[in-house]
Amino acid sequence: MNTSTGYLSVPFRTLLWREMLRFLSVPTQTVVTPVISAGLYLVIFGLSLGDRLPRVNSVPYGVFIVPGLITMGLLNHAFQNTASSIMIAKFEGNIVDVLVAPLSYLEIALGYMLAGVARGFLVGGAIYLVSLPVAGGRVAHPVFALLMAFLAASTFALFGIIAAVWAERFDGISAFSTYIIVPLTYLGGVFFSIRALPPPWGSLALGNPLFYMIDGVRFGFLGASDIPPRASLAIASLSCLFVFAFCVLLLRSGYKLRK
Amino acid sequence: MVASAKTGPPAIQIEGLVKRYGALSALRGISFEVQEGEFFGLLGPNGAGKSTAINIIVGLTRRSEGKVSVFGHDVTAEYRTTRRLVGVVPQELVFDHFFTVERTLKIQSGYFGVTGNEDWLEHLMEVLDLAAHRKKKVLELSGGMKRRLLVAKALVHRPRVLILDEPTAGVDVSLRRSLWEFVREIHDQGTTVLLTTHYIEEAEQHCQRIGILNHGAFVALDRTEKLVRTLDEKRISLYLSDPLSDLPPRLQPFKGVLGEGGRKLTFPLSREDGNLRALLHAVTESGLGVADLEVHMPDLEDVFVSLTSRSVREEGEPAIGR
Ligand SMILES: Nc1ncnc2c1ncn2[C@@H]1O[C@H](COP(=O)(O)OP(=O)(O)OP(=O)(O)O)[C@@H](O)[C@H]1O
Ligand SMILES: [Mg+2]
Repeated sequence: MNTSTGYLSVPFRTLLWREMLRFLSVPTQTVVTPVISAGLYLVIFGLSLGDRLPRVNSVPYGVFIVPGLITMGLLNHAFQNTASSIMIAKFEGNIVDVLVAPLSYLEIALGYMLAGVARGFLVGGAIYLVSLPVAGGRVAHPVFALLMAFLAASTFALFGIIAAVWAERFDGISAFSTYIIVPLTYLGGVFFSIRALPPPWGSLALGNPLFYMIDGVRFGFLGASDIPPRASLAIASLSCLFVFAFCVLLLRSGYKLRK
Repeated sequence: MVASAKTGPPAIQIEGLVKRYGALSALRGISFEVQEGEFFGLLGPNGAGKSTAINIIVGLTRRSEGKVSVFGHDVTAEYRTTRRLVGVVPQELVFDHFFTVERTLKIQSGYFGVTGNEDWLEHLMEVLDLAAHRKKKVLELSGGMKRRLLVAKALVHRPRVLILDEPTAGVDVSLRRSLWEFVREIHDQGTTVLLTTHYIEEAEQHCQRIGILNHGAFVALDRTEKLVRTLDEKRISLYLSDPLSDLPPRLQPFKGVLGEGGRKLTFPLSREDGNLRALLHAVTESGLGVADLEVHMPDLEDVFVSLTSRSVREEGEPAIGR
């Protein structure tokens, strides 16, 4: 009987493994559905309307929209994964298993977060594959795109943890999603360049951390962006770190989880 | 006081533990120790604070005040150490219903940092009668099977302290017996056991020391035999052939109590004086016809009822829960 191996603790790896098993055991909900809905967006905007819509930064609209759709899938599913996993665990009571295990708060946050990121990447990757016939699949700066995607997915996976810790019912998660996630995504430039926005909204978008993430992913894909890529990388990293720190402190405080 | 040759820190040490839920004090400054290798029982009616105390030890509930340590390690400051030392069977049946029995135990092992313990898991499934159900998902198990799976889960990492919060609720008689056999075996191998139960006979049978909680405070805390003896409630009841309306004067010094419409006469019998002869003599002299008699030996249940019902009466609450 061994009690420790490697420098990633066994409890941490177990939490991550358990979380991945959870979403892999329901692949229809977790992967297939989002790919179908992204496929529909692509068909509508890329193929049917694409020719009639203006080019954005000299890129055809059908190509322009792909990084946005990928990021949106990534974010939503990273958020959904952590939020629903923790919510269900709270309801069924088996959150206790994690709460009494010798896991540090950092490991708990990281374990849930990385599983959410994995699910986000699975969905994002699948959307990328679906987009190949429409957009051709060119990625200008793959490493940068992956890095930005990772930051975006991590941030939203962490939001999912926070929402689920706070929410007492599933309504709470929907509210969090409807009032925070959806506006942030739509106003973050998934479907358009913020240059196209009328005055107050264009500047407001600059206060939305998600905007930098989407813009960064778009730079990774298209090689062109509204904001210098270094700036979006810096802002995205800081936002992610901030949310991570908040999440760890929240877990440490025992807020709503430990009576 | 405790028969333990060990000199190390107590397995569990609790000092002045207070837990408040808003205005309610679930624990009002309790203190007790459980020595390594002891079998300790925590009894008390519903809502007495037993689970609260346990949940504080395992980190599910945060204390309001006081000290709680496991083998000398504070349960908050050194939670990673203390949690590896403790295995808990929670009162609620909670599971990941979609995993199989085997996978549940595997994941639980991982959470406690243990790998390569297949033989031990095999043994646990064997003795807890779960081996035949290993491939079943938890949601396919009966209530009693789930309870046994909870026990197995608590033991995957071979904890030095096993905490059982009502482990036998809903478990049938024969399995309850085998469960106790198993827990005793683990205890004999050196594991410290902290038990709560509403089956008082179980506590009396297995626990070396018992603390009785009522409304968040101890009303008794002592070695089991001593606790049983404190009450000294050996009684003799005589069933009379002819009902009496009053106690005959000759019998008054014996503090007899008439019941059942004057047909039953009950006397307390203290162990020391051996006054049984005198009593029987007095009964004969009074010319009472005795149809039958019954001797009532004290047990822990009497102690429990007498100690916990006192404040129930004072606070005007309904009957204590069993
Ligand atoms: N989360 C909570 N919020 C508020 N009060 C609580 C909470 N948990 C427990 N209590 C209260 O604390 C008191 C002690 O509860 P506890 O669960 O420790 O009792 P118990 O001795 O385990 O009882 P039982 O035999 O019914 O399991 C009760 O009055 C209960 O209502
Ligand atoms: Mg309880």
